[in-house]
Amino acid sequence: MSALPNPAPRPPEELKQLERIWAFPRGWRILTEYNNTFIGALYVATAFVFFLLAGVLALIMRTQLAVPENDLIKPELYNQLFTMHGTVMMFLFAVPAVEAMGVLMLPNMLGARDLPFPRLSAYAYWAYLVGGLVFFCSIFVGLAPTGGWFMNPPLTSARYSPGVNEDMWLLGIGFIEISAIAGAVEIIVGVLRTRAPGMTLGRMPVFAWAMLTFAAMVVFAFPAVILATTLLELERAFTWPFFDATRGGDPLLWQHLFWFFGHPEVYIIFLPAAGMVSMIVPTMVRTPLVGYRLVVLALVATGFLSFGLWVHHMFTTGIPRLSLAFFAAASMAVSVPAGIQVFAWIATLSARKPRLTTPTLFVLGFLFIFVLGGLTGVMLAAVPFDFQAHDTYFVVAHLHYVLVGGMVFPLFGALYYWIPALSRNALSERVGRWVFGLMFVGFNVAFFPMHITGLAGMPRRVHTYAAGYGWDMLNMVSTVGAFVFAAGVALFVVDFARRFRPAGEKAGNVWGAGTLEWLPSGHYSNRSIPIVGSHQPLWDDPELARNVEEGHYYLPGAPTGGREALVTAPLDGKPQYILRMPPPDWTPFVAAVFTAAFFLLLTGKFVVPAVACGVVAIGAMLAWAWALDPAPVAPVDIGGGITVPTYMSGPQSTSWWAVVVLTMVAASMYGAAVFSYLYLWTVAPRTWPDAALLPSVGYPVAAATLVVLASVAFSAAGRALEAGRRGWLLAALASAVVLLVAGVGVEVAAHHALSPRASGYAAMVHLFAAIAGFFAAVCALLTLFCIVRAASGQVDAVRRVSFDNARLFVHYTVAQTLLGLLLVHGFPRMAG
Amino acid sequence: MSLPPAQQSALAPHGTEAAAIHDLTLVMTAGAVVVMVVVMVLVVMALRGSRPGLARTSLVVAGGVVFPAVVLAALLVYTQVKETRAALGGKPDVTIELVGHQWWWQVRYLDGEDALDFTTANEIRIPARASVEVRLKSADVLHSFWVPALAGKLDLIPGRENRLRITAQKAGTYRGQCAEYCGGPHAQMALFVVAQEADDFKAWRAAQRQPQQAGGQVRGAALFLEHCAGCHTVRGTRAAGTRGPDLTHVASRISIGAGILPNDAASIARWVGASQHIKPGNLMPDFGMLDPASLQAVVEYMGTLR
Repeated sequence: MSALPNPAPRPPEELKQLERIWAFPRGWRILTEYNNTFIGALYVATAFVFFLLAGVLALIMRTQLAVPENDLIKPELYNQLFTMHGTVMMFLFAVPAVEAMGVLMLPNMLGARDLPFPRLSAYAYWAYLVGGLVFFCSIFVGLAPTGGWFMNPPLTSARYSPGVNEDMWLLGIGFIEISAIAGAVEIIVGVLRTRAPGMTLGRMPVFAWAMLTFAAMVVFAFPAVILATTLLELERAFTWPFFDATRGGDPLLWQHLFWFFGHPEVYIIFLPAAGMVSMIVPTMVRTPLVGYRLVVLALVATGFLSFGLWVHHMFTTGIPRLSLAFFAAASMAVSVPAGIQVFAWIATLSARKPRLTTPTLFVLGFLFIFVLGGLTGVMLAAVPFDFQAHDTYFVVAHLHYVLVGGMVFPLFGALYYWIPALSRNALSERVGRWVFGLMFVGFNVAFFPMHITGLAGMPRRVHTYAAGYGWDMLNMVSTVGAFVFAAGVALFVVDFARRFRPAGEKAGNVWGAGTLEWLPSGHYSNRSIPIVGSHQPLWDDPELARNVEEGHYYLPGAPTGGREALVTAPLDGKPQYILRMPPPDWTPFVAAVFTAAFFLLLTGKFVVPAVACGVVAIGAMLAWAWALDPAPVAPVDIGGGITVPTYMSGPQSTSWWAVVVLTMVAASMYGAAVFSYLYLWTVAPRTWPDAALLPSVGYPVAAATLVVLASVAFSAAGRALEAGRRGWLLAALASAVVLLVAGVGVEVAAHHALSPRASGYAAMVHLFAAIAGFFAAVCALLTLFCIVRAASGQVDAVRRVSFDNARLFVHYTVAQTLLGLLLVHGFPRMAG
Repeated sequence: MSLPPAQQSALAPHGTEAAAIHDLTLVMTAGAVVVMVVVMVLVVMALRGSRPGLARTSLVVAGGVVFPAVVLAALLVYTQVKETRAALGGKPDVTIELVGHQWWWQVRYLDGEDALDFTTANEIRIPARASVEVRLKSADVLHSFWVPALAGKLDLIPGRENRLRITAQKAGTYRGQCAEYCGGPHAQMALFVVAQEADDFKAWRAAQRQPQQAGGQVRGAALFLEHCAGCHTVRGTRAAGTRGPDLTHVASRISIGAGILPNDAASIARWVGASQHIKPGNLMPDFGMLDPASLQAVVEYMGTLR
């Protein structure tokens, strides 16, 4: 037990100041509030509403399928229903829900005032809310996508789906993915840099580990689907033939890109839920998790393995047998980390007789359903079995067992578990048993028969089926089960509406849990930031809650007079500096609404209003960024003899970390583009030109020279900044922009004779030029921002975060562009 | 009349591949049941609080690492060693090119030199106990060929050709269905595979090869040429459209509408008059403008296309 950092009684006005600083704005200005707890609660609630909406779609489908040859619903609507059900459940419910739980719970669980980029979370949330609702409403006007949540071309190409329905998916989901990435950046940097002092990585709650793995997976998986949707939209809008087999494209390229995202996606959903289970189980048996290290290892291992098994969604596409064997092995291997977690929970439950609370019931239901789903998953990983079961109701059963079992049941358990930390009342334990019972029985009645239905020959995604093949009774039973499940969910909603009261005093630590989210808290999170010495600090120090609340730990007030967070070292959680956050303003909200409007208007091909909205969104982002690099003030004493700076630049600053994560997103997307180029070459090498037909070598040499000089100019700007020569700084920055844009311009001009519509090859060449152009434009914007700030005296040798961020991104862009030049100009010469 | 009884279940296998997969299914299901029971017994023991000794990392290692590693390695070896899908080497007894269309199947029988023998639709006849190669292609979007009682599925992909060998172990009628979502009435894209004794198959094949003999029904034939020939072919007549199924010898088939309606006069009349009601979104327009007598003539003409 270490000595308290601030043992003396605190001045009485300190708490008042803290409360005033973190108070929610009133009236309409509540929309400007970015505190993670506030945004997190809205985020969870919104995701839950989408769960209900997509569930209603499922009930309509189950009604249609209750009897054979039913003509209640025509295929056109049915196809929209199952496409929306899958898409909404995956993109508007599951991913946002777990991300939202992270945003909501992590600050308190880590002992942070707030995560480092709360305004980014707010932006992600509002864009998701507006975009998601409009996207959902498309079904009411018959404009919902019909291509399935996997959107396979060529069915989704302009030729076979000429309406705007599929654009709705491509553009609507496109920015929800951006929103997910924004949240992931926040979670990665938050988990690594805002943990309470003493909370080493080895003492971090399992849920935080799960969210860290989740966010890292989002960073590497989502860019592949963003690229894929971009390619398909380019094909639809401008007939660039990436997926058109008649012109050197290949529909299987889409499947590779989609499932490279799509398989990690299911673990992206499952891992946070597994993290929730690892929080609930120890509490209910009042014992630390058995095998903590193994469980953490299993989470991380699942993250890695999940990127190596996407082809198991493509076993029936005619892929060579040896590849199938590799992916079958990888798919089976992923059950090892799942097994580790299951046995860790069982071992922990064995330690002492567990309390059979509602969260425990949901954990038990999860264990039953998820283990069964895992076993059918192993069966599906056996390639010959998949030849039969693929795209049948067996797979529908399997995926609902792993996703509803693996994610929805833990989520309900987590809601019952954590609501006392957020509401005046806990939910009713008595009603909770009914909720669980209806959901568990309903689920199994609905989905267990589908294993048999599928093996008996019924394919999935069918709006009706023939009578007399042994499917009639099974389908009727499934429909009944679906409604029982829905009754359980409805009962939860009723109990939630009756008992959830977020304002005022909280029910508190009703379960006797040991982690920090159960400390008494306000909008500012904890009154003072504790020192953590174990996995369950509340169990090990009964005085902790009182000492935290009386301000005896770190940073008991707001020494800089504004909202602030304590940034700590990534490995051991040593205090490093105070991150100051501007008070709430409208910029994230405006940026989000107009980002959503940009994408939605593009769907309807309203180009001019869309661009106008895009400009407003970017303007709002720049205004938002303007406030993020405040002038340094004096270092502050946070207690325990520790004085920390209130400004940080360079590799220790959180913004530097965020830009590094962003470059990882970009690199991942670029990697997917390089893969696509090489993949199309393997499929249609005949469309690759002879070296003689390529643009002369002079073009790439000139382009490469110019972009390298842009990097040199930026480095020169760095030296001018350190030397305090503002004139040189501005000149160097301006020349960097000119050089970069000129270099990319040369590359675009190099291919003027080649029409992107000519072939998959030609489309790829123009894609790389377009990517280079997009990145150059972003760099130009960042650099111009920097120039304006420098000209107005807001960039100097100390106050330099804006400059550092731009520099990092420009150097990255130059490296990426050089790689692209090498590929586009070098590869055909080498391969030809 | 209704459609003849047909098998569409992987649980009642009648093909060599389906039978091998069925064995694998039984083995894996039994294994899964055992694992499920063991895990649930452990959970129940934990709930009773009767085995605190289980709360050890060694249980996690044994149950989560060692056990799955051993079982899965064995399963992987088993699935790799066990032959399920027939290899493509060796000459098949019959070669068929199957082209997927939204929402029907074009069936092209090839001769020994891979040249076209004749074309039919939505029905494949094969000799029982013979090795049949099905070459899978698509004319538009993705489809998947799946006749569960005979074999696992394989996709039809634009720009590619996939090959599948199937062998029916005994004569019978097996139903298959498109298993890769292909838009619109994907649910109503079925086909029948009829496995016959070798002599019957030979006779059928010889008959199919012949051009259509002109039947009676002059008026029906004229109406067919006027309204149907833009999309449908009847070999031996001037009807040579290619958008829809080839209707040569259509009266010899089991079903119409791609495996969804029995092939009788009443069904044909319904289909021609209102196929958009029966199979919404399919690419054939309704011919509701035909007066009843004309419709009847067309139906009767089609009945003569034996």
